[in-house]
Amino acid sequence: MSTESIAWPSTAAGSRSFVETLHEWVTTVDHKRLGILYIIYALVFLVIGGIEATVIRIQLIRPHNDFVSPQVFNRLFTMHGTTMIFFVVMPVLFGFANYLIPLMIGARDMAFPRLNAFSFWMTAFGGLFLYFSVVGANGLYGAGNAPDVGWFAYAPLTSQTFSLGHSTDFWTLALLVSGFGSIGTAINIVATVLCMRCPGMTLAKMPLFAWLNLVMAGLVILAVSPLTAAQIMLLVDRYLGGHFFDTQAGGSAVIWMHFFWIFGHPEVYVLVLPAFAFASEIIPVFSRKPIFGYPVMVGATVAIGFISMSVWAHHMFTVGMGAAANTFFVISTMAIAVPTGIKIFNWLATMWGGKIEFKTPMLFCIAFLFQFLIAGLTGVMLGAAPFDWQLGNSYFVVAHFHYVIVGGIMFTLFGAFYYWFPKMSGKMYSETLGKLHFWLFVIGFHLTFDFMHIPGILGMPRRIYTYEPGRGWDTWNLIVTIGVFFQAAGILVFLGNLIWSYFRGELADNDPWDAWTLEWSAHSPPPAYNFALIPTVKSRRPLWDLKHPDDPDWKYE
Amino acid sequence: MSTTTIPPVTAELEWNLPSRGQVAMYSLITAEAAIFTIFVVAYLFYMGKSLSGPMPSEVLTPPILYAVCLLSSSLTIHFAGKNLRDGNVRRFGAWWLLTIALGAIFLYGTASEWHRLIYKDGLTITTNLFGTTYYSLVGLHGFHVVMGLLGLTTVMVFTIFGMVQREHAERIDVLSLYWHFVDAVWVVVFTVVYVIGR
Ligand code: HEM
Ligand SMILES: [Cu+2]
Repeated sequence: MSTESIAWPSTAAGSRSFVETLHEWVTTVDHKRLGILYIIYALVFLVIGGIEATVIRIQLIRPHNDFVSPQVFNRLFTMHGTTMIFFVVMPVLFGFANYLIPLMIGARDMAFPRLNAFSFWMTAFGGLFLYFSVVGANGLYGAGNAPDVGWFAYAPLTSQTFSLGHSTDFWTLALLVSGFGSIGTAINIVATVLCMRCPGMTLAKMPLFAWLNLVMAGLVILAVSPLTAAQIMLLVDRYLGGHFFDTQAGGSAVIWMHFFWIFGHPEVYVLVLPAFAFASEIIPVFSRKPIFGYPVMVGATVAIGFISMSVWAHHMFTVGMGAAANTFFVISTMAIAVPTGIKIFNWLATMWGGKIEFKTPMLFCIAFLFQFLIAGLTGVMLGAAPFDWQLGNSYFVVAHFHYVIVGGIMFTLFGAFYYWFPKMSGKMYSETLGKLHFWLFVIGFHLTFDFMHIPGILGMPRRIYTYEPGRGWDTWNLIVTIGVFFQAAGILVFLGNLIWSYFRGELADNDPWDAWTLEWSAHSPPPAYNFALIPTVKSRRPLWDLKHPDDPDWKYE
Repeated sequence: MSTTTIPPVTAELEWNLPSRGQVAMYSLITAEAAIFTIFVVAYLFYMGKSLSGPMPSEVLTPPILYAVCLLSSSLTIHFAGKNLRDGNVRRFGAWWLLTIALGAIFLYGTASEWHRLIYKDGLTITTNLFGTTYYSLVGLHGFHVVMGLLGLTTVMVFTIFGMVQREHAERIDVLSLYWHFVDAVWVVVFTVVYVIGR
C-alpha cells in the first residue's frame, strides 16, 4: 500500500509503562481505539449476559426445578434482555461502525472525535450503572436488588407501589444515560458519512456498509429519543409523583407500551441493519463478485428504515386495540417483509455463479441467510393478528426473536469479527478454531432455537419460573437447554481464538482477502492517521480499480 | 505493504461536502423533536382525562407577551448572525445580548406562571394528569431554553473578551439553529397547551 507513512511519535510501544498505556486508552479520541473499546466492552457484557442466559436455561431444564429462586429468575431474564440489547449488540455494532466507517470512506477520523469519546463513556457508564444495582439498589426497603420488571418494563409493574426500592430506577437511568451515548454516536455517524467522504466518493459510490450504518444512525435518532422521553416520564412518575402511567389517577398503562414499542420495533432494525452491512461486505468478497443490485439494496434499506417506524403495535395485538389498528399494523408488518426479502434475494444473487470461498466469515454469513429467512417467516406469522392472539407471549415469540438476534445478527457479527480481525489486530485468526466455533454454534443454535418453537406452540408462556410435568413440554425444554452448552462452548472457542491469535497469530497482510474497499489499503492495523494521503475514488470498488487498471469498475458503473 | 497504492487527490475533481456542524445540529434537532413529539402526544392523549381539578380552562391564560418575546428573539439572533458575517462584531454583540435578554424575560414569564399556579391555584405535578403533563411539557421546553441561554451566554462572554470574530460566523450559525428550534417548539407547545388544551 501507500508506502509513504508519516513518522508518528508513539511507535515505540514497548517502552511505555502500563499507566501511560492506560491513560492513552482512557483519554483517546481516535475512532479506531474507541471502536475497539466499544467492542471489548460489549464482549465483557456478552459473557455476563451469556451466563445469565445459561442460568435461566438450567432452571428450565426440567419441571419443578429450583436451581434459582423465582425472584432471582425474574431478575435474570430482565438483566439478560437489557444487557444483550443495550450493552452487547448496540455497543458492538457502534464499535464496528466507529472503526470501519472512516476507513471505508477514506477519512482520518469521525466527524466529532470528542463527541465520540463522550458517547462511548456514557454507554460504558450506563452498563456499569445497571450492574451496580446488584449492590446499590437494595436501599432501605430490603426489596430486592437487580431490576426485575422485564426488558420492556410494562406499567404498572414499574410504579412505586409494585417496585419498591431502587431497582427500577437503576434500570431507567442506565437506559437513559446509555441512550444519550447512542444518540451522540448516531449523530456522529450521520455527520461522518455525509461530510467526511474522500474525493470522488459520491453517495452512490459508498460501500453498502456506510449506507446501512447511515440509515441505522437515522433510526437511532428517531427511535431512541422516544425511549428517552418515556424514561423521563417514568422518572417523573417515580420521583415527582406524576401520573403518566398511574392508572389510579387516570393514567394509562397502554401508552407506556406504545411509547416503548415506538422505540422497540425500530430498535430491532437498528440492530439488524449493521448485520446486513456486514453481510453486504463479506458475501461479495468471498463470492468474488460485486454485490448484486447495489441501488436496489440502498432503496430497500431506506424503505426498511421508513416502514420500521410504522409497525410497532404488532407487539400489542393481544392488548385489544380494536379492528382498525390491528388491521393497519398487520398490513404494515407484512409490508416490511418485502424489502427484507429483496435483500435476501440480492445476497443470493451475489453468490450465484460466484467462486465461493468457504472461509469462516463466509460460513457465518451463509448460515445467516438461512436462519434470517426462517426468522422472518415466523415474524410474518406473528404479524398476523389472529395467529398472534394464540401465540403472543409464548415461547414461540422467544424463539422468533432469538432466531433473528442470534441466528441473524450474532452470526453476521461473528463473521465480521473474523473478517476484520486481521485489519484490527494485524494478526490472522486460526481458521481451524474459527470453523470449530462455527460448527459448535450452528449445532447449539439449532438445538436451542429450532426446538424452542415447539413448547411455544404447545402453549408454554414466556417468563415462567417453572412448569408442571406432563404437558408435553419436558423433552423440548431439555433439548433447548442442551443446545445452550454447545453455544457456550462455541463462545469460549471464539474468545480463545481472538486472544490466542492476538498474541500468537501469524502476521496479517494489509489485504488478506483480496478485497475491494478502502480499509484494506491501509496498514494492518492502521496508523492513527489512517491514510498518509487521502485517497480519491472513482467507483464502488476502489481497490479493484487499482488492482485491475486494464478493466476498472468505473467504466461500467 | 505491497499490493496496492491509492493515487493522491487529482486537482480537477471538484469536491464539496455539507458542513458537519450543520448536519450534526439538524440531527440533534431531529432527535429533540422526537422527544418533544412523545411529550406532546402524551399531553394530547391525557387532555380532559384528569380525575380532579383544577382544569386548564380554570387556571391557564395564554402568556402572549412572553411568547412574543421568545419568538422575536429568533429575529434578533438572525440579525446578530448577519452582522457577524459582515464583520461588524460590536453590532453582533448588541443583538446577541438582546437575544439573551428576550430569552431571560421568557423564562421569567414561565417562572411567574408556575409560581401563580402552585401557590394560588394549587396545581402541582402530583395534583392531577393535567399537572403532570403540563409541568413536564412546559418544563421540558423551559429546560431547552435554559440550555440555549447557557450556550448564548458562553458566546457572549467570548464576545466581550474579543474572541469572537467574523471567521466564527459559521459556528455561531449552528448555535442559532438550535435557538430557532427552541422557538419553533414553543409555537407547538403554545398551540397545544394554551389553544387546543384549554
Ligand atoms: C429484523 C430483525 C428482527 C428482530 C431483531 C426482531 C426482534 C423481535 C423481538 C426482540 C421481539 C420480541 C419483543 C418482546 O416481546 O420481548 C419480536 C417480536 C415480534 N416480531 Fe420480530 N424481529 C425481527 C424481524 C421481524 C419481522 C421481519 C417480522 C414480521 C414481518 C417480525 C414480527 C414480529 C412480531 C409480530 C412480534 C410480536 C410477537 C408478540 O409479541 O406476540 N419481526 N421481534
Ligand atoms: Cu417488532
